[in-house]
Amino acid sequence: MKSISNYIEEKNYKGEKILSVFLTSGFPNRNNFSQLALKVLNAGADMLEIGFPFSDPLADGPIIQHSSQAALDNGINLKSTFNYLKEIRKETNKPLILMGYANPVLSHGIKRFADDAKLCGANGVIIPDVPIEEYENFFDESFEGLDTILLITPTTPNERINLIDKKSSGFVYCVSISGTTGVHHQDKSASIDFIKRTRKAVMKNKTLVGFGISSPEDARLFAPYCDGVIVGSAVIKSLINEDSNFGNTLSLVSNIKDALKEVIK
Amino acid sequence: MQQLNEYKFPDIDGRFGKYGGKYVPETLITPLRELEDIYLSLKNDKEFTKELLKLNKEYSGRPTPLTFADSLTNHYGKGKIYLKREDLCHTGAHKINNALGQILLAKRLGKKRIIAETGAGQHGVATATVCAKFGMKCFIYMGEVDIARQSLNVFRMKLLGAEVIPVKSGSRTLKDATNEAIRDWVTNVNDTHYIIGSVVGPHPYPMMVRDFQSVIGKETKEQILEAEQRLPDYIVACVGGGSNAIGIFHPFINSGVKLIGVEAAGFGLDTNKHCATLTLGREGIFQGMKTYLLQNEDGQVSEVHSISAGLDYPGVGPEHSFLKDEVKADYFSVTDDEAIKATQLLSRTEGIIPALESAHAIAYLDYLMPKTEKEDIVVVNVSGRGDKDLDTIKNKLGYSLE
Repeated sequence: MKSISNYIEEKNYKGEKILSVFLTSGFPNRNNFSQLALKVLNAGADMLEIGFPFSDPLADGPIIQHSSQAALDNGINLKSTFNYLKEIRKETNKPLILMGYANPVLSHGIKRFADDAKLCGANGVIIPDVPIEEYENFFDESFEGLDTILLITPTTPNERINLIDKKSSGFVYCVSISGTTGVHHQDKSASIDFIKRTRKAVMKNKTLVGFGISSPEDARLFAPYCDGVIVGSAVIKSLINEDSNFGNTLSLVSNIKDALKEVIK
Repeated sequence: MQQLNEYKFPDIDGRFGKYGGKYVPETLITPLRELEDIYLSLKNDKEFTKELLKLNKEYSGRPTPLTFADSLTNHYGKGKIYLKREDLCHTGAHKINNALGQILLAKRLGKKRIIAETGAGQHGVATATVCAKFGMKCFIYMGEVDIARQSLNVFRMKLLGAEVIPVKSGSRTLKDATNEAIRDWVTNVNDTHYIIGSVVGPHPYPMMVRDFQSVIGKETKEQILEAEQRLPDYIVACVGGGSNAIGIFHPFINSGVKLIGVEAAGFGLDTNKHCATLTLGREGIFQGMKTYLLQNEDGQVSEVHSISAGLDYPGVGPEHSFLKDEVKADYFSVTDDEAIKATQLLSRTEGIIPALESAHAIAYLDYLMPKTEKEDIVVVNVSGRGDKDLDTIKNKLGYSLE
């Protein structure tokens, strides 16, 4: 299995920008979640971020709050998420990333979480409420072999981007706008300026842009300035009213991927 | 000997031992750093200290009295009971101490828009009050459940010109109001200051709110020395997030005074309908801090209950977690029913109707006083007055106004 950064590098080399899709574990249906995940990969997603739910997701807007709560109501926890991961890993070599808040990880046991994640085939983790200030307290040596992907936001000064870049592995997650997930861009040129600033300051890692990317148009707009995009709320929103074939969601994913192929490097 | 008494927490990273810290999304790190920088530069600034002192005195009515509760003392027939009267602060609770401090910071940070969360509504009222006085736009997040049980305070906030935003997510109480306020702050961080109401959240809030609230303990120390020429044996305060308790405890840490925090046991500790975080919780990461947390085995935050909206919170300030582990303070809990009984007791013995939050501290006297000697001195922090709770108490006691 390739590392996340090598995988992104290879795709970029072929002239393709990355599409990473966020799904909430066990949402919308706990019985066919692994199939959904594989269909999303087949439809064009280059990698998946699988969100394990938390009762108090304070970086998320209403859509992912909803999917998170629905997953909890469906009885989804880390154990079931690891099972999905194992099933999906059997069928794909693409990068799989676990994403979620610090407390379920702490409660599971930090070392046990890292061990289970590796055992089930995860390549990396994103824990949005563990900034670099808490990095050493949280990501101990058991995370060796797992990428720890850190976030950069419009409030991050340049010298701090350097520190985050050094600690981050896999890629850096560039949050294109100050806000919770699912926000809409008010000022797209300001976001583009910020993404340019970030990419200039990031030396070590690939830069993927997320938050506020919901359509092929958004992807086309931002992709020239980064190595790939992350789509979360738009996919979850589409899944809320989906039938069991997930037709609309899969078209959304393939349309965004197609848009990314048209982007000139 | 001097060395022994030194208590210097949090450390430079905002930690009280392993608790505290800054477990927040990256967007908030820089604003938190700016807030910390400006606070540390102003903390010992003469002009700032003078301005806050003047407001505390002339606007808020400080110092609040330390009242000898002779009837309550006679009721138990044991040690002497004094009441620290935060109920007499402007707006009716200790929350104004912090709101005044933070509005001065917001002014210096150049922020025009203020947000806050509230449970009982006391912090919301205090924030709305200082925003009115300083000409700032004010938005208060409040859970729908709390809006229903503290309707008088909702009206007070509106009268003061604040917008009250109902929170419909989760348990629709204090924790969810806090989540929404944090989400607002993440989104509007450029022009907005978030006035957290308790010693919770990411660093520097637990330190800063404690410092603004420690005026309670400083006054208590002077007042008890004047009245009794010695320090008390016990200090008792209720603990939700824990700001009134830290405020009165802080100047007495390591001084030999027994510090007692009283949590809400709701329907009882064996019912899952309580918020006795320090009594039954375990280490967690929640709303920006590492602290004791009521949670299930998967690390999901529990739905908690207290008759008192201000204590209805599954977390607790990280400094309390530290004080508990280091045995520098002890924590107990009393039930809804015991708090209601204590409300009646204080009303009838002393003519003081306490807030339901503060009534938890009073209720603990049933356990503490039998163990005291005649010469012992007990100080209870009456953190707020009970006007806001009259509907709840009336319903609970089944009184009819007809």
